[in-house]
Amino acid sequence: MAKVTIPIGPQHPALKEPERFMVTVEGETIVDADVRIGHTHRGLEKLFEQRTYLQNIHITERICGICSFTHSTNFCQATEYILGAELPRRGLYLRTLMNELERLHSHLLWLGVAGHEMGFDTLLMWSWDDRERVLDLFEDLTGNRVTHAYNTIGGVRRDITDAQVQRVLHTMDILEERTKAYIQVGLNEQTILKRTQGVGILTTADAKRLCAVGPRLRASNVKYDVRKNHPYAAYGELPFDVITSDTLDVHGQLVVRALEILETVKMCRYMMQNLPPGEIRVKVPRKVPPGEAISRTEAPRGEDIHYLRSNGTDKPERLKVRAPTLANILNVAHTLKGANIADIPLIVAGIDPCMGCMDRVLILDRDKETASVMTKEQLREYSIAWYEKEAHR
Amino acid sequence: MNGLESIIYMLVFPGFLFLTSFAFACQYIDRKLYARFQKRVGPPFLQPVADFIKLLSKEDIVPKAADRTMFTAAPIVGLAAVLTAFIFIPVLALHALIPSFEGDLIMVLYLLTIPSLAIFMAGWSSGNPFGQIGGMRAVVQMLSYEIPFFLALLGPALVVGSWSLGKILDYQLGGMWLVLLAPLGLFVAIITLQGKLERLPFDIPDAETEIVGGPMAEYSGRRLALFRAMLDIEMVVGAALIVTLFLGGYDLIISFSDLPWYLPYLVNGVVFFLKVLLIVGILALIKAVVARYRIDQMVSLSYRWMIPLSVAQIIVIVALKFGGWF
Amino acid sequence: MKRPGVMIKDVFRRLTMKPVTSRYPYEKSPAEPGYRGKMEFYVDKCISCGMCAKDCPSFACVMETIDGKKRPVFYLDRCLFCAQCEESCPKDAIKMTQEYELAHLAGNPPIVK
Repeated sequence: MAKVTIPIGPQHPALKEPERFMVTVEGETIVDADVRIGHTHRGLEKLFEQRTYLQNIHITERICGICSFTHSTNFCQATEYILGAELPRRGLYLRTLMNELERLHSHLLWLGVAGHEMGFDTLLMWSWDDRERVLDLFEDLTGNRVTHAYNTIGGVRRDITDAQVQRVLHTMDILEERTKAYIQVGLNEQTILKRTQGVGILTTADAKRLCAVGPRLRASNVKYDVRKNHPYAAYGELPFDVITSDTLDVHGQLVVRALEILETVKMCRYMMQNLPPGEIRVKVPRKVPPGEAISRTEAPRGEDIHYLRSNGTDKPERLKVRAPTLANILNVAHTLKGANIADIPLIVAGIDPCMGCMDRVLILDRDKETASVMTKEQLREYSIAWYEKEAHR
Repeated sequence: MNGLESIIYMLVFPGFLFLTSFAFACQYIDRKLYARFQKRVGPPFLQPVADFIKLLSKEDIVPKAADRTMFTAAPIVGLAAVLTAFIFIPVLALHALIPSFEGDLIMVLYLLTIPSLAIFMAGWSSGNPFGQIGGMRAVVQMLSYEIPFFLALLGPALVVGSWSLGKILDYQLGGMWLVLLAPLGLFVAIITLQGKLERLPFDIPDAETEIVGGPMAEYSGRRLALFRAMLDIEMVVGAALIVTLFLGGYDLIISFSDLPWYLPYLVNGVVFFLKVLLIVGILALIKAVVARYRIDQMVSLSYRWMIPLSVAQIIVIVALKFGGWF
Repeated sequence: MKRPGVMIKDVFRRLTMKPVTSRYPYEKSPAEPGYRGKMEFYVDKCISCGMCAKDCPSFACVMETIDGKKRPVFYLDRCLFCAQCEESCPKDAIKMTQEYELAHLAGNPPIVK
């Protein structure tokens, strides 16, 4: 049968955020897939260089709506490392609590999105209803449902009252019961099993070679979690397990994420019952001495790396963000080969894509061995010249 | 029948107007139940009418790469076929618009295959790769689901011993509904009807998240309104067929025929309407609890489960008939 | 047991319960206390230090001279509602309220003076 090339995206109902996959199909089987990213490039890394550290906290939150707290945590951790600031234990615990609550709401969102890609709208509506409980909790604790503005360099901004602690514990009870119901559905519902088992298989060797991160890596039976391997914030003191699955496919990712929700519930309960008293923040100077730092956290999607370089003023010299979806896009292109068209939405949704986190531009010139970042004017002139050349061809 | 009477029958009852309002009511129940299952509120009562009128008033675009004649003909042919199919189904009385003749069951089934072909024609002529893929999927689905649907509906015909809808309905009047004699057939008929109508879990040609709407991707305006109307009326005709063959049509066990004037017909109509709504409700429930199958899984479901079940049902009926039970 | 339609019992039960959608314009949804909505500015407490304008990430807080006193003006269409101004102000002259219904027509942005 003849080969047809169909574009999936940049605008497609299966994709929540724009990226372009050009898949070449024969009948229903995909023979080749080509990924092009960069549709949500916003020039954030340049913006970071023009704002002070305090202003940058709020901008890092807006890199992504779903993993927003992880990005601001990462940035604050990098700055605190250069400053040599030691956070009080209560501040660390509160920061970790918010990170875990964000993991909860992100995994519930993923469950709904995966259901929608399969056509299972009932699962979408129900899991997003449960996610509303977490968002209400966020509104109570931090002041907003998504971009929390809770972190600051040197700690967190708001303290937690006893009534709020009780509310967190109550919400955890409800969520644990609902998640167990979803796990029952995920393991026993035959239509879900047929759509997710055997789909998007990534072997352990391939996962390590293609640098997969997050639940995609853990579903390929690699036991790696930044919270356990390189503990940050209060994770060194919390008891939890790293969940892996040996089925290597999208069903494995479903199981990994659902069980991670249960681990998160366990962690939040431990934190609420063992919250240390004390201060929640330390005072830090506004000008940061010259230095470099790399900070890694486990975002709900995988490992998120921030590299910060400071030069003694109150604005950073360079902040580079490596979001987890950038690492996972490579193995999406790999797993798409040999799959059916019907599996495209599920494979793409399986890595929990967050294109907003992902798009940064770094020009690597392999011959000259330089790395440079283009300013907006240079990029604009370059792209105009390139398209003119294309049009004349 | 003289000319005026036949025009009224064709346009008002049981023709275009009656059938579209019936279809809108069924679509409302379907969407409202689907929403309530998902903890949502659902659309208000006149929503399907509003959607239809809105689509009629929108701009109608034909893509340049599309074959204009077939692009326009597909929804019209499909709609005409389902509208014609309904006139054979007895709603108010024992004979429908046209007195029942031997083989009108086959006629209705034949006319009900045309909508699937219309969807295929629409996808193929739309000039869009998504449409072509959707059209191919529609044909595969048609091949898988026509066979068990026919076989499941063959059961009641075998019990009664005739191909005529009127005779089958006559057999069931007074309480002997054929669901008691052929329950497996009802089960298979409902599931394969869901497959024929291309609804979840079998809405593969029309998969929104995978192929952006498949054959309907390029339709807009009046043609899309006709397509949607065709799908809704197909649901009504399919459900009405199942009600006539398995659930006794307008029968309510006790007979109301000694009421004066046209009241027996009114009661028959209401009972028929409620039974069709029951089938539509079951279809909405199926839609709400499952995810979508892949095309190869759907074909294997049909050939491994639906066809053997319906064949088993026929064997049971033939054996019982030979044994002299009925 | 693996079969299609595992959720069917829960789904059926939903028919007897009310939907979770709240009918927004008719049933208002109050914000929790501590929600960061529109800010309120107390001009008597202000000492014109300018820390709020220095710390605003999106330059929504601009120092302007009105009636001879240098004081901030907040342009709400640029505001992120991050409350950094509230935190940086040494005299507690800025407070966030819970008002969130701030939709307006283009060209007429709300300004807090």
